[in-house]
Amino acid sequence: MSDRFKTPLLGNVRDEDFNQVYEPAEDSFLLLDALEKEDNFLQTLKPTVCVEVGCGSGICITFLSQLLEYPALFICTDINPKAAEMTQLTALRNGKVVEIVVCNLVDTLEERLAGTVDVLLFNPPYVVTPSSEIASADITASWAGGVRGREVTDKLLPKVKSLLSSNGVFYLVAIQENDIDDIQQLMCKNGFRMTCVASRRAGREFLTVLKFVRQ
Amino acid sequence: MKLLTHNMLTSSVIKGVTKGFPLKIVASKVEVREVDYNEPFIIKTLSKVDWPALHQAANEVGYGEDLPIELGEDFQKDETLLRKIHNALLQVDIIEGELVCPESGRKFPISNGIPNMLLSEHEVSS
Repeated sequence: MSDRFKTPLLGNVRDEDFNQVYEPAEDSFLLLDALEKEDNFLQTLKPTVCVEVGCGSGICITFLSQLLEYPALFICTDINPKAAEMTQLTALRNGKVVEIVVCNLVDTLEERLAGTVDVLLFNPPYVVTPSSEIASADITASWAGGVRGREVTDKLLPKVKSLLSSNGVFYLVAIQENDIDDIQQLMCKNGFRMTCVASRRAGREFLTVLKFVRQ
Repeated sequence: MKLLTHNMLTSSVIKGVTKGFPLKIVASKVEVREVDYNEPFIIKTLSKVDWPALHQAANEVGYGEDLPIELGEDFQKDETLLRKIHNALLQVDIIEGELVCPESGRKFPISNGIPNMLLSEHEVSS
């Protein structure tokens, strides 16, 4: 198997680091599998700008950067400075160059990156929780999604249209409780066609990676 | 943080700030890290780069003296210039320092190569 598809090694992390940063789990690996399935599509797309929102350990953006063998700008964000540090170490350990910005979603990047993002990745906090648990200062923020598990996702969805380039693609991780039909309708109104790239049951969660391209 | 990334950052989310671009760079540690030169990528990337902002940023960190104030029409044929641009955009790395909002003066730290652009709720325009 090509090295392009290998699961990135994490940066030199200690077990206790995962008290502060989301440890790659079934959802992360499903996103890697989805990107691997999308290899032909992504190679044809020839992305110049790739963005991951909420990079966590950095495993997904690092995987994407090794999947695409030609140069591109890989920028990712996380609201958690510890996650940003871990992403840097993960990229470095796999010999990849990834740029990291600590910010809320794409706050600081969205104006300048408007219309340029060829690949956008978001594995959001999707777990159904009380709204009060969202965007807390600790690891809760990595999974707490509030009502329907959608409160953080719903902040990014309206921005996708302006961020993506004309051929750009957006991959989103979701679970059944997030009301995928409703996500599809919302994105359809913004001119996007949704397909499901990969699905897997993991314990109580039925995980899906959704793909959006312009209609 | 590379100057290409800096070129994509604004502080316009701050309450009362309209443009927030370009952020001023005050660097205390800058490194140059070799990145493979790829001419088509540089040319493609330049279409997304705000040149005056790059020129200013490169000067702020001490790598701007070779860059012209304006990018001429024939830059795509000038490999010497493209290599200088490659260096400024992709090889110059700000390791420590801060970014300063040009309108509000709000400072954002850059630590270990990572800018922290987080704002508290009361600073953000709703």
